[in-house]
Formats: sequence, structure tokens, C-alpha cells
Amino acid sequence: MRHGLVGLLLGAWALVLGSAASAVEVSYAVLRVDYPVLAPISRLERIPVDMGFAGAELANQDNQTTGRFLGHTYTLTTVSAAPDDAPAAIDALIEEGIQLIAVLARDEDFLALADRAGEEALIFNAGAGGSALRDDACRANVIHVTPSDAMRADAVAQFAMWKKWPRWFLVAGSNPADIELAEAYRRSARKFGAKIVEDRTFEDTGGSRRADTGHVLVQRQIPVFSQDAEDHDIVIAADASDVFAPYLPFHLWDPRPVLGAAGLRPVTMHPAHEAWGATQYQTRFEDLTGRRVREEDYDTWLALRVVSEAVTRTGVSDVPALRDYILSDDFELAAFKGVPVTVRPWNGQLRQPILLYDGRITASVSPQDGFLHQVSPLDTLGIDRPETACTAFAN
Amino acid sequence: MRHLLLSTALLLAAGPALANKIFVSNEKGNTVTVIDSESWEVLTEFDAGNRPRGITISPDGTHLYVCASDDNLVRVFDTETYEELPSLPSGPDPELFVLHPSGNPLYIANEDDNLVTVTDVETRQVLAEVPVGVEPEGMGISPNAAFVVNTSETTNMAHFISTDDYQIKHNILVDQRPRYAQYTDDGTRLFVSSEIGGTVSVMDIAEDGTPTLATKISFEVPGVLPEWLQPVGVKVTKDGSRIFVALGPANRVAVIDGESLEVLDYILVGQRVWQLAFTPDEKYLLTTNGNSNDITVIDVAGEKALRSIPVGQQPWGVVVSPN
Repeated sequence: MRHGLVGLLLGAWALVLGSAASAVEVSYAVLRVDYPVLAPISRLERIPVDMGFAGAELANQDNQTTGRFLGHTYTLTTVSAAPDDAPAAIDALIEEGIQLIAVLARDEDFLALADRAGEEALIFNAGAGGSALRDDACRANVIHVTPSDAMRADAVAQFAMWKKWPRWFLVAGSNPADIELAEAYRRSARKFGAKIVEDRTFEDTGGSRRADTGHVLVQRQIPVFSQDAEDHDIVIAADASDVFAPYLPFHLWDPRPVLGAAGLRPVTMHPAHEAWGATQYQTRFEDLTGRRVREEDYDTWLALRVVSEAVTRTGVSDVPALRDYILSDDFELAAFKGVPVTVRPWNGQLRQPILLYDGRITASVSPQDGFLHQVSPLDTLGIDRPETACTAFAN
Repeated sequence: MRHLLLSTALLLAAGPALANKIFVSNEKGNTVTVIDSESWEVLTEFDAGNRPRGITISPDGTHLYVCASDDNLVRVFDTETYEELPSLPSGPDPELFVLHPSGNPLYIANEDDNLVTVTDVETRQVLAEVPVGVEPEGMGISPNAAFVVNTSETTNMAHFISTDDYQIKHNILVDQRPRYAQYTDDGTRLFVSSEIGGTVSVMDIAEDGTPTLATKISFEVPGVLPEWLQPVGVKVTKDGSRIFVALGPANRVAVIDGESLEVLDYILVGQRVWQLAFTPDEKYLLTTNGNSNDITVIDVAGEKALRSIPVGQQPWGVVVSPN
């Protein structure tokens, strides 16, 4: 039966291609910078070898399926590189003529790579959360698919305020990325009227984080660390380095909910998310990869879907035309978040709802009810147009 | 009690129309609820397999077909006894389907596999598998049965599949996440709802079935965020004068003039309104409300909601037995 169908199917393709508009060929890539890192605190979060690439592969399949009806073809290249080799890796992609590149890298490296790729290229940020990248360090050749730290912090803050939990105990790590993340939470607190009543630093002393009897020490250390705090409603964990946050819930001196890097976490996607058709996304991803989706995969998936949506609607593959369309009011894309995702034309940031994930289910989704905005409720998350220092975008 | 029975009996005797059975698929409850369209009483609720979504009925009203999405097949039930009959092969993850006006075959959208499966309901054989876009969902059939229309949610197209050779003859790009395709009874128009795009695309259909995108209908309700106006189910009256569109989390059904295509009104119904079905006399329109676990009965002529009836967990689809 299956065999007999094949001829029929090929016939269908031929007919569709024959009647389609002119052929368009799109080449895009994912460049992932692999940093030397310790194993994550939880082995459930071990980094798979195809992290980020798998999401791109799914997007590529989706795009190819759609492209067949229009005569559009897509070719995906995936490259991983150590930090020192990343500049050469992006040079090689550009030399091959690939100008649409999703990059998974930390803030500084991301910026350097975007600059290196040049103005002819369009770089999709799928991993760097630094708010400065969208602000005074913004670049006209960058579309930020992943949310900024400011957007994630605002997502948490809105939920806390909706719950009437305005008194925060902020615990920040001591590494630069933790300090920056803590600053994002302080900004969110000011923005939404929360008060940071206690502000402490959890020093990263470089000790072993996970050991056979780690919990014995944790159970003694965390209560001591968190005792004698001002009366607070919640604890906000600013731990970009994955050093301490997972230890906070259940070990705090005062029994309080934890939000941020542990407890209720702001994420772009998680493997239990089912609303708005996401079940189909999870099923397709798991069938393709044999594992559960990670945020990095969703972000690269979304980056390449943004490209394909622009190609599908414009019928071209040249970078300036795609960039114009992506930054235009016409651009919108369904991304399993219940509302279309769009792009802020003044800094290239993708607007999107942020899921609040408790480790098992979507506990809530921000923006929260009642947080209004003259353009879009999604613009209540992150740095807004009137406050931006980004000048790279003409509009 | 006796009194009630008596008045019901009188009503039955007075009205010429027989009561019809309303079948509602409950996606999370894994059941089908059966309701009497005269008394609005729930007659029964029976198990319908895992994740029942799409639901339809044979033209003679004897067989109920249910997409049991997580069982990867179409379950078939006797509409009198509710006994389960042999299942139909559907391909993986069937979500929505449409029956040929003659009652055979069944055209099924396979959401996980980017296919439309054509199944003979008598021989229970798969006649064809047609590759379509990513996440196929909506299924419509032209009144002359020449074309089956499938909408693919991630590809954002309406695919026009010839029922003769199962080849795609036309593709039309629509707005984000197209959910449902509905022809007018005279076959000159097709409506495709786009859930995330927030619009209904209107296509003019030529004599030979060729579609042309004519316009898009959008929605606006004061006090409701535009993002919540998410069109899903669409039904058109037989005379084409009114189009009803379920607006999902906006908890409203839009009433649209068939001539001017202007939105005339929004009828408040239950929460997350999904699919719609008329009673055969078009006196009533029924809506499934996924988040409030009920259906709303709308008076079609009066264009107002009459009552809500609790059903199973997360009602998804609805179909009414023919006269």
C-alpha cells in the first residue's frame, strides 16, 4: 500500500512545483559556541551533544515542508566551536555565502561574532540574554530571538505583583553574569513597585556543587545563609551560573516561595508545555531527537522559523528584504505561545510571552492580566521604546 | 416529575420536528456526551477512546465517527445503542476530518505526520495518503465534493486536494495557524479561520474550484485584548446570510453578514469556545466551550445565547444527528 502511494505523492510534488512561483534557495546556519563548563547541578539538565542543533533541524524540516509548496528550498549548516575558534567559524560560514546565522553564545562573544559577520549578514541571537545587547550595544544586523534578562525578570515580577508579593529577598551569585541578572531584577522591582527588602550575595567559592552527600551540607548551609532576613514574601534567585539556586527551595530559614533561577523559572519553552498546540511541537521534537526539548532548541527553532516565515511571505531570500519584512508591522508568527510573536522595530527584539515553569507544568504565563501597554501587552516585558538607548535602527 | 413528563409529552406531540441527538467529544474526559435537542437533557456519556477531538456523523445518522487522537485511529459508534463498532485506520494523531457528502470516504488530517489520510469507511482501507503542510488540521469539502480543503497550522496554507486523483491543485497562504475551512452551501465561497492571525480569510471559488483570496475578516471587541480574539470554528447558514465564528479565549461567537462580510455582533458564550454545529433546522447553533466544560445553545434567528449545558471534561467537537 505504502509503496503504491509513493508515485502518487511524487506526482503531487511535481504538480505543485510546476505551478509555484520562482524558485528560492535559502541557506542558513546555527553556530554554537561551546564553553568549558562544569556539569549542571541536576543531571536532568545535562547538555546533549545536539543542543540547539536539534531545534534547528526541526525548524528546517518544517520549513522544507512548507517550501515544497512554493518552490523554496532550505539548506541548514550546524557548527560548534570553542570560544577561541568561533571567529574563524563564523568567517567560514560567511565565506560559504551563508548570511543568515543563528548564534548560541554568551553576551561578549555574541556581540563580537555579530560584528565580525558584517552588515551584509543577519544574525539571530538564540542564547545571549544581556540587556545591553538590546540597548546601548544593539546592532542593526541582529534579531534577538531569545528574550533579554530584563524581559525574563519582568515576567517574574509581574507574576509576583499579581500575587501581591511585593517584598523580595534577592539572592545573587558573585559571577559577572549573576550580578547583571540581579541588576535586571532590581530594575523590574522598581518598574513594578516591588521592594527588595533584603539583598545578599551567594559567593561562588569554586567548591564542589554536587556530591554524594551534597544535600547534607546544603541542608545546613542554606538556612544559615538565609536567616535573619527582613520580612519578605518571596526569594528571587539571580544565579546565571547554576551555582546555588536549586538548593534554595525547602532549605530557606523562612519558608517562602523561590522564583527566578529555581522554583518558578521564566523560560521560553519547556518539555511539559502543552497549551496552544505545543503538544504537537513536543511530539515532533521528541520523534526527531529522542529527547526532550530545551530552551536552546526552541530558540534556534524559532530563529529559523522567523527566516522561513519572511521567505514564505516575501518570496525572496536576499537579506535586506528579509530584514525589512521581519522588522515590519506585517511580520507575525505562531510560536505555540497563544499570541503571535512579532519584532520590536527599534531594537530587533522578538516580542513573546514567557512561560513560568515550576519543573513540571506551566504554572503561569507572563505578561499577566492587567499589565497593559499602548502597543502590545508583550511590550510590558523588557526595556521599552521610550527608555531604550538603542540607536542602530532607523525607525 | 409526572408533571414534567406530561408537558414534555405534549411538546413532543405538538411539534412536528423530532428531537435530534447532539454529540460532543470531550478531549480530556475521553468521552462523548449525548444531549437531546428538544429537552436539552444529557442522555448519556460514553467512553470514546483517548483524546477524542474531531467528531462527525454518517448522512443517515446511524454511525458516529470520532478522531481518537492518542489512539491513532477513528472510533465508530452506533448512534442508537452507543456500542462501539470496528475502528477505522486514520494514520497517526487524527485531529479533524470531513466526510464525503455521500457518506464515504472519510478525509482525515494527521496532525503529527503532515498527511491527509483518505479512508474508506466500508472496507476500512486507507485509499490514499496526501502529504500536506506542517500540522494539518482544518478539513472542509466543497458541496460538489470535487475538492477537499486542508489547512496546515504551521505552514499557514489552505491546500486544495482533488478528490479525483488526491493531488494538491492549489495552495493559498493565509494568516497564522489556520484551524478550520468551511464552504458556503452553494460552493462559491470558502472561509478559513486563522487562530493566531486573528482573521478569517474569505476565498472566492470559481466554477472549476479555483480559489482566489478575496478579503480577510478581522474582529474587535471593546475591552477584550486583540490577542484573545482567536477564530477557530466556522459555520455558515444554508442560505449564506450569516456566518458564525467561534473566537476561542474571547469567549464569544462572532455573527457576520454573509453579503457585506461585516461583523454584526458578538454573542457571549462559555470559556474558550472551539467548534460549532447547527441543528438540522438551523434553529440552534451549538458551541463547545473547552474551559468551562459546557456547550452553549444559541438561538440562530435571535442571535442570542439561550442556555449552557454541562458536558464532559474539555469539550472539543460537536455534531448533531440529521433528521
